[in-house]
Amino acid sequence: MQRAEAQQEPPYFVTYSSVMEEPGNLEIENQNIAAAPKNANAFFAPTVEFEYGITAWWTTEAYLQGQVTANDSAVFTGFRFENRFRPLPKDYWINPVLYVEYEDVNGADKSFLEITGNTSITTLQVPNAALRQEVERSIEGKLILSSNAKGWNFSENIIAEKAVNENESWEFGYALGAARPLSLTASSRPCTFCLQNIDAGAELFGGLGTRYNFGLKQTEQYAGPTLALNAPHGLTYKFSPEFGLNDNSAGVLWRFGVSYEIQQFRDWFRRSK
Amino acid sequence: MKGRVFSSAALIAAMLVLGSVLCFAKDYGAWLKKVPQEDRERVNPYAGKPEAAAAGANLYHTNCAKCHGENAEGRDGRPSLRSEQMRNATDGDLAWILKNGQMFKGMPSWGGLPEQERWQIVAYLRTLNPPESGSSNSPVSAHETGGRR
Repeated sequence: MQRAEAQQEPPYFVTYSSVMEEPGNLEIENQNIAAAPKNANAFFAPTVEFEYGITAWWTTEAYLQGQVTANDSAVFTGFRFENRFRPLPKDYWINPVLYVEYEDVNGADKSFLEITGNTSITTLQVPNAALRQEVERSIEGKLILSSNAKGWNFSENIIAEKAVNENESWEFGYALGAARPLSLTASSRPCTFCLQNIDAGAELFGGLGTRYNFGLKQTEQYAGPTLALNAPHGLTYKFSPEFGLNDNSAGVLWRFGVSYEIQQFRDWFRRSK
Repeated sequence: MKGRVFSSAALIAAMLVLGSVLCFAKDYGAWLKKVPQEDRERVNPYAGKPEAAAAGANLYHTNCAKCHGENAEGRDGRPSLRSEQMRNATDGDLAWILKNGQMFKGMPSWGGLPEQERWQIVAYLRTLNPPESGSSNSPVSAHETGGRR
């Protein structure tokens, strides 16, 4: 019998919600971004993500990132390691999650997994060979706030990032998302394209400058709709066009991703009771 | 000497904490005491509707069976959902535990699922644990749901 995948997770690419990976489950996701910014070469940046639920309140995740730029080269751009903690024992009208990340990425990174500080898409005009010379190792914290009401999910992320290998000031960013399934009730018949298996929403995210230059000036800002199909056999497909909202941003970032969830992965390593 | 006393005391304290955590962890029914009265008294809008229970069976097998077993018999130390405790729980109790989970005992919150779907799961769970006659919860027979047994 074909059954659709769990519908808990909102269809966001950048915004985090309070939904954690279920304990023992391993999700492998390939998310990709493609864009053709003005005055810069088109690029394609894939990210592979491994997300594991250690407990119901602790999820850990690792990312490997790379990119291919037209008329330039293909490079591995780095890795990220993150942990998310849900500190409160119940579901409240607003649920906080604490996020801690260590990242080691070079300047050629074009994954747009988050935006912090003062950035501009014009930096992508620089060739990969030069960009990859600059390596940033940083720690990052996020306060994730998320609410569920009448089938909707509303999530807000506040981001603070500090480079640990360079003398840079704190950089800030944000991400907002709202989404809901197209149907709030499940069908009694298993189906693939039922409305209950499709989530739709929107995201808005961008930089908020630095400690000394806080605000929206000289930052990239994006917004766009997002769509996810929770298909049978643990597969989820996601798609989103994200539109640049100012001159510092690319015109459109095309995102698409597919994820596969291995349920109770940890049972592979324990004897059945 | 002082150090040894301190080490022994620390060891005993650690064992007591660990022991109580383990005992507490196995007390699967403890959550029932935490359900607020108003939540306990909530009525399942889908009670007695076989279609909803069948939808709940699909949701159960997608989201819950991986831990609680295809037949809700419990799996790898995770509790069975066919029990006296489940039978005695009200629909409101079950909806509450689905929404809130027991985060520190391994049960995740399913607050991200639409409320209607959580009630559909409750409708299915009720078919596995029909309440004693005279209760306000209307049972749906397992035969009617079409779900797996």
